[in-house]
Amino acid sequence: MTTLTQRSKTVSVRKLSLSERLYLPAILKGMLITLGHVFKRKPTIKYPEEQREFAPVYRGQHVLKRDEAGAERCTACGLCAVACPAEAITMDSAERKKGEEHLYREEKYASIYEINMLRCIFCGLCEEACPKEAIFLTDRIVPSSFTRGEEIFGKDKLVETPDQPIDVSKRQEAGLAAFKKNKQHYHNRTFRDARPGVAAH
Amino acid sequence: MEMLTYKILLCVIVFALSLGIAAYMTWGERKIAAILQDRVGPNRAGPLGLLQPLADGIKMFMKEEMIPGQSNKWLFILGPSFFMLTACMTGVVIPWGSGITVGDTVYPMQITDINIGLLYLLGVVSIGVYGIMIGGWASNNKYSLLGALRASSQMISYEVAMGLSLIALVMTTGTLNLGEIAAQQDAGWANVVYQPLGFLIFLVCAFAETNRAPFDLPECESELVGGYHTEYSSMKLGFFLFAEYINMFISSAVMATLYFGGYNFPFQHALGLEGNWLAVVQTAVLFLKISAFIFLFMWVRWTLPRFRYDQLMNLGWKVLLPLSLANIFITGIVMWLTGKLG
Ligand code: SF4
Ligand code: SF4
Repeated sequence: MTTLTQRSKTVSVRKLSLSERLYLPAILKGMLITLGHVFKRKPTIKYPEEQREFAPVYRGQHVLKRDEAGAERCTACGLCAVACPAEAITMDSAERKKGEEHLYREEKYASIYEINMLRCIFCGLCEEACPKEAIFLTDRIVPSSFTRGEEIFGKDKLVETPDQPIDVSKRQEAGLAAFKKNKQHYHNRTFRDARPGVAAH
Repeated sequence: MEMLTYKILLCVIVFALSLGIAAYMTWGERKIAAILQDRVGPNRAGPLGLLQPLADGIKMFMKEEMIPGQSNKWLFILGPSFFMLTACMTGVVIPWGSGITVGDTVYPMQITDINIGLLYLLGVVSIGVYGIMIGGWASNNKYSLLGALRASSQMISYEVAMGLSLIALVMTTGTLNLGEIAAQQDAGWANVVYQPLGFLIFLVCAFAETNRAPFDLPECESELVGGYHTEYSSMKLGFFLFAEYINMFISSAVMATLYFGGYNFPFQHALGLEGNWLAVVQTAVLFLKISAFIFLFMWVRWTLPRFRYDQLMNLGWKVLLPLSLANIFITGIVMWLTGKLG
């Protein structure tokens, strides 16, 4: 008979020999095995003091970036929500009023932007879809909470504070950034690209 | 009068020591379990987790005290108290050292030097099972009852083999007095040399008597919830668990005393130490031996799976009992041949 793997073993139901029935040799053998583990390296990472080293592309809690002038980059286009396989993102948009130019980069902005961290699978597709370089996944771990409601992160938790920008340079791959700047692609064009005369604020 | 105060003091010391050591055995147990399983173990409460027993104790006291409505309240309380009491009672006959001489009075390091110390030990150990029985029965819960039944039948079965293995020891030593047994081993070899089989039987029985793995069937969390202490909570549960550790400590002390020379150690008189200093070192050595046995208890627990109930009974009645009888027989023959028999 041909076997699927080479790992099959023939099992015998022979009577145990005297030394096996005595248990003691087997017990000693077992105890030597456990004793061997005394000298093994412990894989434990003592968390608050030690931290696991993260991969540079680790995908953790999201951040909504601001631009160099401190205005929110997100324009509430909804592409991230469409791309999200877990349907974790919801948003509402609003029009930028006069005098709010320092707050929002584009003429339309997200008045509500929520990610349900319990639904999110941290795939990073939102980041990939975003034409505005607005959303990034960072190496921060989403904190645990006692209620489900607390796990729906609004803009208060997602948007970075202007004085404490969150470094995402590790995730801004040069090639990708160049691709996103390529105005040849329709989805990379912004309102301003269509009307080059309009000056940036 | 002076002797009486000294004895009372010694009582208090031994009691406090048993409690303290039992508390730190819980820490040791967790640490050893962790190390054998490639983990780190308790390391948050205090340095190396040394305050963990304290934290556990506080937790036990803070827990809600539950007495099931259907249970017999007084028996329910009596169970753990009894178990704890008998666990603490066994320490009084063990010689912790050879004795301290102040002036011309010798202060023995043994609370009572009764001439039937061994018998007393066996007696107290066998009433210890009542604590479990009463606790399990009073809980009025089928799991508790099953656990209690198992515990009692297990303890009774293994007591027989234990007693018989001790008979062979008594034959060679010629006394039931623990102090004397310990002192005898100063001159000659440790008793384990004369009674290797007896020691092995005693060791296995000690595991069974203290309800430790691989004989922890009374608890058997995988099938009986918690066995006899299923219904217990708070410090009453703590008593059950704690008494188990005290039992383990005392068994280790008994094994060290009976078979491994007690407080004696090889070449102790070659050290050239003064009487009192020697006594101190001897006590330290005894505790070292006890620690080694405690480690053995834990090491075995984290190595072996639990026996099946029929295997346990088979081992007790069909293997250990005939073996211990054979041991008595062989001991007798050897003693007769060597002319030690009067
Ligand atoms: S990381 Fe993936 S799942 Fe999470 S919000 Fe972005 S697209 Fe959705
Ligand atoms: S894709 Fe980017 S710009 Fe569009 S809504 Fe999402 S985060 Fe905002």
